[in-house]
Amino acid sequence: MTMIISKQKDIETIRKTIGTNPVFIIGCSECATLCGSGGEKEVLAMKKTLEGFHIPVTGWVILEPACHLNNDKRLLKKYKKELEQTRTILVLACGNGAQTIAEILDDKDVIPGTDTLFVGEIQQATEFEKRCTLCGECYLDVFGGLCPIARCPKSMMNGPCGGAVQGKCEVNSDLMCIWDQTYQLLKKKGKLHLLSVIQKPKDWSKSQEMKRSL
Amino acid sequence: MFSSTLQKRLSEQRFVITAEIGPPKGADVAVIRRKADMLRGCADAYNVTDNQTAVVRLSSLAGCVTLLQMKLEPIMQLACRDRNRIALQSDVLGAAALGIRNMLCITGDHQSFGNHPAAKGVFDLDSIQLLQIIKNMRDEGIFESGDTLRAERPVVFLGATVNPYADPFELHLDRLRKKIEAGAQFIQTQSVFNVERFCGWRDEVRSLGLDKKIPILAGVTPLKSVKMTDRMKFHVPGVDIPDSVYSRMKNASDPLKTGFEIALETIRELKTMGGIHGIHITALFWEEIIPSLVQEAGVSPEA
Repeated sequence: MTMIISKQKDIETIRKTIGTNPVFIIGCSECATLCGSGGEKEVLAMKKTLEGFHIPVTGWVILEPACHLNNDKRLLKKYKKELEQTRTILVLACGNGAQTIAEILDDKDVIPGTDTLFVGEIQQATEFEKRCTLCGECYLDVFGGLCPIARCPKSMMNGPCGGAVQGKCEVNSDLMCIWDQTYQLLKKKGKLHLLSVIQKPKDWSKSQEMKRSL
Repeated sequence: MFSSTLQKRLSEQRFVITAEIGPPKGADVAVIRRKADMLRGCADAYNVTDNQTAVVRLSSLAGCVTLLQMKLEPIMQLACRDRNRIALQSDVLGAAALGIRNMLCITGDHQSFGNHPAAKGVFDLDSIQLLQIIKNMRDEGIFESGDTLRAERPVVFLGATVNPYADPFELHLDRLRKKIEAGAQFIQTQSVFNVERFCGWRDEVRSLGLDKKIPILAGVTPLKSVKMTDRMKFHVPGVDIPDSVYSRMKNASDPLKTGFEIALETIRELKTMGGIHGIHITALFWEEIIPSLVQEAGVSPEA
């Protein structure tokens, strides 16, 4: 399963931004729940932590999911009273979720409680890895299904840099070199010829799409 | 016929020498002038690095223009890390207009290794794409977008780098072929310490006929100290220092002398092995060794 991977900011940063104001906490039922940054468990733990610092928590909700504008509007109506008691909304969802909420609660201060990292894969319940940079034009087919734009720190499209040591990326030894993996995979499939083609410079204008309508 | 002296000498089948000049961390070309004066006559052309290892230094373009003013032949390095296709093409035009006739296209070390690890890496292009773009600007008079150049085309001799020690071996050989196809006209390799493995790579290059298509300048870096040897062996990705070289440096009573001797032996072996068209000397923080190195190795351009 693929999703937007976020992680909670450290509590000191969150505390500093909130000050001593009462706060309403919003989580998300989808990505933030699965990557442990803003599901019910994390929202309740955050509530407890903030109360421990004598920051009043007027209420909380898990949106389904936070990036759904109309759903959010409907759900948040049920928390009118709790929301009236605060100006500060702490959002434990991705950057998109936080903005959807900022759009709806335009008289409140929305504070992001997470940093949004990447679009990634859940490898185990506690392991996530980047897979896509949402570049706007997918041509995974020419790389055997593994994306060097997203997964090579230099986004190299015509082969590896030469710095990998035993298949590990020189920039981050926790990562396998994506070009090494691509080579192994295509060799196994007998399709190394795919890599002999010079890939032209990428059309980054495709990554500038701001709207899509059905 | 050739506007690049480097290209002319390679076409005459001469064994050429290039040497690297690292620009200073400051707004002063005196350092470059001093190094260049010291190296005058030691090499056919001089690479001025482009923010090498992602550490901010005086620009390669400014360094190259300084060399031109001194009547020396510069090789401008262009890294894809810091500039997008607009800035790179603009610098190619500017450099060519000022008289720079050699350009070395590299993707560039990742910014996390340098002195600004928080920088956004650009990597709009990789080195192969950059080679192809400059080739098209020169030969077809078109920019990357297809738009037309309206004045002089940049007449430049294009270089690329290769690491003979990088894995997967087969994929890196194909990358060399792609670089040639994209427009590379000369190759500078990663520094050679393991001559035997380098020979194996040269054999593969020859069996593919690639040495007939492009001159290859083998990299040589004189080791200056045990500390440097340690760093190169264990911490610099893509460098292969064999145990024999390592222990010679480790047991040396005078590491400077031993480092010099190893470099000298390496140059002699590279010169006689065949299939190699010259030497690229990268003497990190030890440029003053280059004159005696090329003299004793008998590869001085004026010899």
